[in-house]
Amino acid sequence: MPTLYENKQLVTPGDLLAEGDYIASDNTYKEGDRIYASRLGLVNYERRKVYVVALSAFYVPVVGDLVIGKVVELNTGGWTVDINAPYLAMLRASDVLSRFKPQRDDLSRFFDIGDFIMATVVACDRTRDPLLTVREKGLGKVNRGQVVKITPTKIPRVIGRKGSMIGMLKNETGCNITVGQNGLILAEGRTPSDERLAIMAIRKIEMESHTSGLTNRVTEMIRKQKEGEARIE
Amino acid sequence: MSSIVISKIRQKQIADLIASGKRLDERGPTDYREIKVETGFIGKAEGSALVHIGRTKVLCGVKIELGEPFSDRPNDGVLTVNSEFVALASPEFEPGRPGEESIELARVVDRGIRESKVIDLEKLCIIPGKTVFVIFVDIYVLNHDGNLIDTAALASLAALLNTKIFNYKLKEDGEVEIVPGFNQLPVQNHPIAITFAKIDGKLIVDPWLDEEKVMDTRLTVTFDKDGKICAMQKGGQGVLTKDQILEAISVGKQKADEIRKLVV
Amino acid sequence: MSEKPQLIDKKGLRVDGRKLDELRPIELTVGSVDNADGSAYIEQGKNKIVAAVYGPRETHPRHLAQPDKAVLRCRYHMAPFSVEERKSPAPSRREMELSKVIREALEPSIFLEQYPRTSIDLFIEVLQADGGTRCASVTAASLALADAGIPMRDLTVACASGKVDGKIALDLNDTEDKEGEADVPVSLMPNLDVITLLQMDGMLTPKEFEEALSLAIDGCNRIYALQKEALKTKYIAIEEELE
Repeated sequence: MPTLYENKQLVTPGDLLAEGDYIASDNTYKEGDRIYASRLGLVNYERRKVYVVALSAFYVPVVGDLVIGKVVELNTGGWTVDINAPYLAMLRASDVLSRFKPQRDDLSRFFDIGDFIMATVVACDRTRDPLLTVREKGLGKVNRGQVVKITPTKIPRVIGRKGSMIGMLKNETGCNITVGQNGLILAEGRTPSDERLAIMAIRKIEMESHTSGLTNRVTEMIRKQKEGEARIE
Repeated sequence: MSSIVISKIRQKQIADLIASGKRLDERGPTDYREIKVETGFIGKAEGSALVHIGRTKVLCGVKIELGEPFSDRPNDGVLTVNSEFVALASPEFEPGRPGEESIELARVVDRGIRESKVIDLEKLCIIPGKTVFVIFVDIYVLNHDGNLIDTAALASLAALLNTKIFNYKLKEDGEVEIVPGFNQLPVQNHPIAITFAKIDGKLIVDPWLDEEKVMDTRLTVTFDKDGKICAMQKGGQGVLTKDQILEAISVGKQKADEIRKLVV
Repeated sequence: MSEKPQLIDKKGLRVDGRKLDELRPIELTVGSVDNADGSAYIEQGKNKIVAAVYGPRETHPRHLAQPDKAVLRCRYHMAPFSVEERKSPAPSRREMELSKVIREALEPSIFLEQYPRTSIDLFIEVLQADGGTRCASVTAASLALADAGIPMRDLTVACASGKVDGKIALDLNDTEDKEGEADVPVSLMPNLDVITLLQMDGMLTPKEFEEALSLAIDGCNRIYALQKEALKTKYIAIEEELE
């Protein structure tokens, strides 16, 4: 019962990954007893499970995900939010106001077009656009900081094993970093240059996500930058 | 692209029947519906033919004019094939400019006629670089019940065989004058288009409308009078294997010979 | 009688010096259009073609959306300066047919059912044309789709063969296409061994067609290797840099 590649090898759509009694998982598909890759990425074999960690994929909303989105439209019933997915999401007025009167309440007072918000996905299925909520603590309008967008598949790398990478980023840059599952990341720091540093580091993680020793290299880069800036001052 | 949804029961019926080698109207996989050809239908056209395949009805009219040749082909007459999916022919057709299906049909029929050299375009040249005969082949779909391509191709061929080209005289000042009298347009090949539909992996010939809604792929092969292939077009969202293509060629050649006898 | 140029010389070489079964030089680059969700650029002989993908995204206008799957929309367009005699920018009938044929060549590879009500918009711009543009377009477009992270059954690759001076040849250039006896563009999903684009223009006996089809499939398989390499290149380069 063969597997045709080594663990963590780069595969392209259509590559035959395994034949026989295996389970086709993320970014693969099964035809008969053959499992093929459906996206470009690194193949992983975990006992009977075959999956590909995609290098490039767009975000598909999942109930429970924390997302950072941008308000793009004001409707009679609420806000339309771009969450970097194939579908636009909805945030209902009733989520924010217990009794919504269109004549009296101006939605833009809460969230206006262009505002970034942090929200959670509460509903999503094949027939409807995803539904958001901002009811939980910490959700709502983003008032300060900078937002960066990366390929959603790289989010786990930004967090790191047991939060090791994101912990290092917070320490080294002094920023508070909120990661949206949809690929958008918010960095709030003491100064704009701290925020820029965090964003630079995140972009480096995105570019080199498929390599090893990344945490160390990113740490080094941040430190070098800080040194460089200190010398200039 | 169709907005008329076929019922799931019907879909399954058709697929099941085909799997057992039969079709809803009792045809076999290589049987055409009844074909009727009527030539000279439109007296005002230089040539015309009305063709029925089952209930699909296509009228083709040929008009001839004097015109200028293309700049890169100064010694050739001009042949142009157009098709109109007339709005009244189907609840799915809308009035307006030709859509992609209509354009594709015209171009596939055009290729069959042009590549097999049905007409020797050089013979249509009157004054090289200046005046040539321009032949307009206009395909008019009057009722859509499946397999428009084969019906249109057959109508075009029958219309060309029916076409009379007017006599002319070259005056001293270099102008061309049309004079009374006609000649039969010299037709030197007889291409026939055979279209297959693939349903659940099986190939059937001459799909009618409901079969077209269920098929995943369509393959048209056009054969000239010597059995050579002069045009081919795969259509639809599905796939074909090499074997299926070769099977279509083998069956298609036979069918083309049979159908050609109806017009020639 | 019009003079026909000699397309194959005494040594069996073609107008551009190639052998009968030789491909033109091909270069593929993935990700050249920053703003697009996915993109690719191909140079094949003198062909220069860009393909860019936006999507899956909400369908506009809404009524064109399908309730149970994504819709692939394709626009094949030639720049006015891409050919010898300036071409009007307005879409021609040929461009409309090719847009359809290219779209149908790529649809079978995409898992459209996974993204209902959305559209995947594919734009193909031919910057310079020299024969075989629809095949080069399919090859680039498939890479653009993969670059956009759209899940696919396989890459789709295309190549044309034809008949030139009585001989079956691979990857015809513009002169060979215009002056030759037949042109057979083919596209393939190599791992699944199925054909998704097939046309024929010209005159071939069934036997010649079979030979041409086999040769085109062979060409496709060779270009497939280049496609895979182009996709991986971006990432391999980063790895090598770090070593």
